Amino acid sequence: MTVETGLLTSQSKLRTSTALLGAIVLALLLAAPFFLYPIFLMSVLCFALFACAFNLLIGYVGLLSFGHATFFGGAAYITAHAVKVWGWEPLSGILLGATGAAILGVFVGFLAIRRQGIYFAMITLALGQMFAFICLQVPFTHGEDGIQGVPRGHLLGLLDLNHPLPMYYVTLAIFLAGFFAIWRIVNSPFGNILKAIRENEKRAVSLGYRVDRYKLGAFVMSAALAGLAGGTKAIVFQFATLTDVQWQMSGEVILMTLLGGIGTLIGPVVGAGLVIALQNYLAASDFPVTVLIGIIFVICVLLFRRGIAGEVMELLKRKAPQ
Amino acid sequence: MSDAPLLDVRGLQAWYGESHVLHGVDLAIREGETVTLLGRNGAGKTTTLRAIMGILGRRQGVVNLRGHDLLRLPLHRVAQAGLGYVPEERGIFASLNVEENLMLPPKVAEGGMSVAEIYELFPNLLERRWSQGTKLSGGEQQMLAIARVLRTGAKILLLDEPTEGLAPVIIQRIGDVLVTLKARGMTILLVEQNFRFARKVADRFYLMEDGRIVNSFAGHELDSHTSQLHDVLGV
Amino acid sequence: MSTIFGIPTPALYGQILIGLINGSFYALLSLGLAVIFGLLRVINFAHGAQYMLGAFAAYLLLEYAGIGYWPALIAAPLIVGASAIVVERTMLRRLYGLDPLYGLLLTFGLALIFEGAFRYWFGAAGKPFSPPSQLAGGVNLGFMFLPIYRGWVVIASLVICVGTWLLIEKTRLGAYLRAATENATLVQAFGVNVPQLLTLTYGLGAALAGLAGVLAAPVYQVSPLMGSNLIIIVFAVVVVGGMGSILGAIITGYMLGVLEGLTKVFYPEASSIVIFVVMAIVLLVRPAGLFGREE
Repeated sequence: MTVETGLLTSQSKLRTSTALLGAIVLALLLAAPFFLYPIFLMSVLCFALFACAFNLLIGYVGLLSFGHATFFGGAAYITAHAVKVWGWEPLSGILLGATGAAILGVFVGFLAIRRQGIYFAMITLALGQMFAFICLQVPFTHGEDGIQGVPRGHLLGLLDLNHPLPMYYVTLAIFLAGFFAIWRIVNSPFGNILKAIRENEKRAVSLGYRVDRYKLGAFVMSAALAGLAGGTKAIVFQFATLTDVQWQMSGEVILMTLLGGIGTLIGPVVGAGLVIALQNYLAASDFPVTVLIGIIFVICVLLFRRGIAGEVMELLKRKAPQ
Repeated sequence: MSDAPLLDVRGLQAWYGESHVLHGVDLAIREGETVTLLGRNGAGKTTTLRAIMGILGRRQGVVNLRGHDLLRLPLHRVAQAGLGYVPEERGIFASLNVEENLMLPPKVAEGGMSVAEIYELFPNLLERRWSQGTKLSGGEQQMLAIARVLRTGAKILLLDEPTEGLAPVIIQRIGDVLVTLKARGMTILLVEQNFRFARKVADRFYLMEDGRIVNSFAGHELDSHTSQLHDVLGV
Repeated sequence: MSTIFGIPTPALYGQILIGLINGSFYALLSLGLAVIFGLLRVINFAHGAQYMLGAFAAYLLLEYAGIGYWPALIAAPLIVGASAIVVERTMLRRLYGLDPLYGLLLTFGLALIFEGAFRYWFGAAGKPFSPPSQLAGGVNLGFMFLPIYRGWVVIASLVICVGTWLLIEKTRLGAYLRAATENATLVQAFGVNVPQLLTLTYGLGAALAGLAGVLAAPVYQVSPLMGSNLIIIVFAVVVVGGMGSILGAIITGYMLGVLEGLTKVFYPEASSIVIFVVMAIVLLVRPAGLFGREE
């Protein structure tokens, strides 16, 4: 009896504290553009969503994609083209970008899931490079120049996104929607099967799950969400270039997730914030960013493979009474 | 034959990950002796050999070879100290042919058999020296696994169930080989479930149960212990 | 002028030669990757950077020490191999037994550090590197003009590939390597110092990449970024060939190089992606790779 009540109170306590924490974070996010540069915040939000989408694969299915720039950058091109050339409304442009990324995800995922582990990483990297070469050659991406001067336009024809504040809140809303979607996926029965595949693929197969379908499903969702981030980025920064589709971008999103904590919900957000802040900070100096990114990679892999969020949670777990 | 044991194992404990498998094994082998470790599946016989070699991660206790502590040495130094290991799964390499398999273990001391002597002892291997190692029959693979460590000059052979799954003729052949080796003064620690096979060569028996040595007796006393053996081995 | 399918034959042979040269580097690099992966279970992402380091070592030896091409052909791989040994001893070693993805991420980070640092010091532009005087110029073979250095690259890389294959298949060291690839613990239990073997193997694989870098310097110029794009193509080559077989890696490398050269003749727009397309087809038809075994 006492145990049960104890459990109940601790559970409801946990729920209230989570809700409280959520409210505080939301308030901070709403107030943030009054204290920090909105363009910096929007950049963090776009990359945070990209990293969360990437983490859906590595953290919950155990698949390391080394070609996620394809979906981020591919969607950026599609959104930029739809809005600039076809004159689409920005939100539908972004959604078209995410849809395009999902379709790309079907092709890449279908090929890549035929191999596992290290091969999966190499295949996604190679296909990503192939996509980057295609982007360099097809006319609508404008080669080295990229698509420049994408108009932000009016959201649903009403809200003028050329002002920083509305643009920020729209970006925040898209990020929250994507984050919520990932949270729902991870905690759904589908997500539980994904985790079972990560833990022991053979057992999942022997339990009768068609593992390949689940992997492909997760891959396409991850690609679509990465595309959502990429499309939003194209509207926020008003351009889409080769930088977004190249392997360096795939490497960056891996770093954000690794640094923040693979397999934690909040980790990729933390990692994205840190990496973007660091890049902004270094932009003024002449220290080569690539070297620093490499160093962080090495340190993360050697010293804290759980990432920041993972290490903090581990600390809390150890402190909490058993 | 001096009285000080060549290999002295005292209070050896070992773990597979979290599970505690050996709970303090004591055994001693004098030079030139053949000692057999009996016990049913899961009693810890193979683990004892692996723990002596150092293939297991976590160990505690004493493993002395001529007074040298083997527990502190990295795995490759244990072989270099003079232990020749013939694993239960035989460990023949598929990407090496028979001769390459035979020549693989580096020499650790003088006094090993020459390749010619080995081929004389195992004529089948000479015949099939260019075949892929794993294309041999089970019995030939077992002979190759034994032959491989005879070349190195190892002082003690650790043999893990050499008769397992083999036909009676082959078992007979392996028994003859062990008798030959014994006559050459080789020290042997043999793990067996088949005590009728072991009695041909064993000077002494140790009986294992649940990760401990529960009894030991001389080879000629085997008959007076048959009832306990049937009990412990479940045969 | 004679033509085949409307293509002038000298152009065709010229592209086949370029294909053979590219294929030589694909073969050399995928060979090193396969040797390292076989034993260490690490995909060495730094392989491209080590190739670049080899080229730079030759360039710097010439610029600052006046050491020419021929000594550099020995010295540069030794330098790259030595640096790789330090990497293995201090970092890579800590990751054995963990998920192989960590090895990939670590070597990826190292590649970024090397490339970023060299780009910072030397800029992104390529630096010309002349072939040694003995190999300068060219010969007219009647059907085409052959720059001597390019012929040398094809022959030298073939010799290196065959030499490495012999080392692995026919020597005692190679037998240790093959056996340890199957069951490292048992090989160590026989008294072979396997940790040392791992270090040596990583050093050897990296030295091969460094050697390829020296060979490449007069062909492609010396640039900090010469390795990063190449390594991705080599990954595709490795997926096509499957990493199970050393010979398979070599054959696949040359084959795909020539195929790429031919594509440049017949459909130039696709030449930069043809290897990836082949990879996709192989994944559909034979996922384990042409020479691979399903694991």
